[in-house]
Amino acid sequence: MFLMSSAEIVAGILWLALTAYAVLAGADFGGGVWDLFASGQRAAEQRAAVAEAMGPVWEANHVWLIFMITGLFTAFPITFGVLGLALFLPFTIAMVGIVFRGASFAFRAHGRDAVGPRSPWGMVFGVASVVTPFFLGTAVAAVASGAIRAPHGQLTSGFLDGWTTPLAVVLGFFALAIAAYLAATYLMVENERRPALLADFRRRAIAAALASGVLALTALAISAVESPRLLQSLTGRGLPLFVLALLNGPLALWAVWRSRPRIARAAVIAQVVFVLWAWAAGQWPYLVPPDLTISGTAAPDSTLSAMFVVISIGGLILIPSLWLLFRVFKARNPPADVESSAP
Amino acid sequence: MDNATLARATMGTSLGFHIVFAVLGVGLPLLMSVAEGLALLRHDEAWMQLARRWSRAFGILFAVGAVSGTVLSFELGLLWPRFMAFSGAIFGLPFTAEGFAFFIEAIFLGLYLYGWNRLSPVKHWLTSIPIALSGAASSLFVVMANAWMNSPAGFRLGPDGLLLRVDPLAAALNPSTATEDPHMLVSAYVVTGFLVAAVYAAGLLRGRDDIFHRRGLAAGMAMAAVAIVLAGITGDSSARFIYGAQPAKFAAMEGLYQTQRGAPITLGGIPVDSQHRILYGIQIPKALSFLAAFDLNAEVQGLDSFPPDRRPNPVLVHLSFDGMVGLGTFIGLLAAAFWLGVFRRRSIPKRRLLLWGLVLAGPASVGAMEAGWFVTEFGRQPWIVYGIMRTSQAATSAPALGLTFAIFIAIYAALAITTGRLLLLLAARTRAGGRVVSNE
Repeated sequence: MFLMSSAEIVAGILWLALTAYAVLAGADFGGGVWDLFASGQRAAEQRAAVAEAMGPVWEANHVWLIFMITGLFTAFPITFGVLGLALFLPFTIAMVGIVFRGASFAFRAHGRDAVGPRSPWGMVFGVASVVTPFFLGTAVAAVASGAIRAPHGQLTSGFLDGWTTPLAVVLGFFALAIAAYLAATYLMVENERRPALLADFRRRAIAAALASGVLALTALAISAVESPRLLQSLTGRGLPLFVLALLNGPLALWAVWRSRPRIARAAVIAQVVFVLWAWAAGQWPYLVPPDLTISGTAAPDSTLSAMFVVISIGGLILIPSLWLLFRVFKARNPPADVESSAP
Repeated sequence: MDNATLARATMGTSLGFHIVFAVLGVGLPLLMSVAEGLALLRHDEAWMQLARRWSRAFGILFAVGAVSGTVLSFELGLLWPRFMAFSGAIFGLPFTAEGFAFFIEAIFLGLYLYGWNRLSPVKHWLTSIPIALSGAASSLFVVMANAWMNSPAGFRLGPDGLLLRVDPLAAALNPSTATEDPHMLVSAYVVTGFLVAAVYAAGLLRGRDDIFHRRGLAAGMAMAAVAIVLAGITGDSSARFIYGAQPAKFAAMEGLYQTQRGAPITLGGIPVDSQHRILYGIQIPKALSFLAAFDLNAEVQGLDSFPPDRRPNPVLVHLSFDGMVGLGTFIGLLAAAFWLGVFRRRSIPKRRLLLWGLVLAGPASVGAMEAGWFVTEFGRQPWIVYGIMRTSQAATSAPALGLTFAIFIAIYAALAITTGRLLLLLAARTRAGGRVVSNE
């Protein structure tokens, strides 16, 4: 047995938040992707299904990002400062995407008669949902590949380093594909009783599954050349989770293929978890390899223990509230009456 | 422009935009909760309609507030990486707490907006309470962080500038928190109340004299009237605190150059650095000493007692301060006139002049709040952390700040125009479909 330091525990909590953001808000971005690519005679119904699934939960899902940002600058202020500089450009673009995605969704949802899916704001919703996960994916690539250099906490690498490489582009598309994949399986579950829509989203899930699989393998191949460090960490400490991800991928695809929505949804969530934690385990104890470690950039213990108290109290309120939200809107029951949002 | 100026312009624009939506996120849930509570208690359909109409508008306003707030959390790191690397560990705790408050607000807002048909009426009303509470809590937590920038506490620095010891609770409950927090919270209700009242006053001016307009106006003015009195009281204690804690800011607020006993208050006027005095203002002898310390002969430090590189810009700070006080007094008098009319005539006053005044009071309340933030922020300059870190040292060295500034101006303009247009369309559609109920 080993004991974790308080900095490592906080890093673990932040990684959990990142996982929650990826699994929940990732699917909301994926929903936007399917809004943009809604097609066929049921395009309007596909868009309505996306809006119905996202409506009550997307703002809560989005807060995981805020929690991550504030948690990172409280617990690891030096890392936060370095990331803010090194990833200024991709984060700024993602931020613009987040603004447009959220605002356009609300404009459509609450001003339905005024701003339909065919208005410019409808298009903005889809495009912003594509742009945001892509650039967040490139930022992940910059961190994971070890391209951000900050010896002694001072950034020495450039503003384009790490997120403009071929690997970053592939990982950007991978993030997009996996978001679309998540969304498609969630939408399969939520439309189990609408066979035509279920079939539509099944086809989309298969496409996203194949795309994300091909992109993942491509990323691995590129990283062997471009960033051996990343491959080494995945096949080093991250190996067990990495192997699980490799085994789980085909299982998820099988479940989608055989139209088993609930298994598919669970398997895709597991896939995201395996990938994120393989990355985390692989680069442990670094937050931003190769210069910024968890212990080396952590806030003083007094700050970390105060954070524990706040997170514990906050969690006691948050978890039952989240449970209530998802029970009311996502429990196994007939699809929501779409008009419930329109008093 | 250099990076520090561009970073300040971008951050200031983002804050100035976000705060309008943020205060509505604090105030509107309280109004919705009260209206729905009254509807249930009295089986009153009109109050229920009001709650539903407000919730519809709030769905849009909250989303714009949420995404513009996200921009701010990003911008802390993107625009001020050095400031955050230094301060994050000290003043991050209230932000962590704010994250949870925002979580609760977003979760229960989802339940509230989409739960009208899924929850029983009482349960639905209950979901409004955490929204109102966590909205208020968010504002308190965030302003704690700003208060820390004004009166940094809860840490000790070594000789090399490294952090030796951190007490995050002492940082959160720094000396400015006690005056800044209450003042911002009540200002949120001031702005919400006057903006809601302005909407219904405008409707009454157009001859829409129905139960919704009368009640909407009364509800907004009730919140506004209580809150504007509290804003005056908390603002006064805040100014008196600044007199002791941030004398340079205080001197700039008042446009006072020479340190003196029995200092006068100058209303309006333009401080002129080269002449060391304020021109064209109206002076009230000894009033400043009295207000600052309850002593007609108390000494007040002037700007001249600070070296030029430790002074805020007195033109901006003084005019913002007088703008805040002037607008606050104007809307306070309107609220008094409104409620006097109500008590005298036992009904909503409908004098056109008063209604026009109330329409203006909406934007005037926003102006007062923004001016108040100008005082806080411009008054703290040249420091980002008062007395510890200069704003010019804190900014990013990233490229293309001018471009991102321009992009964000365009984004905020697009969001503001679309939000405004949508709210007008929502109102128009509600009127078209709402006749049956209103003719009861």
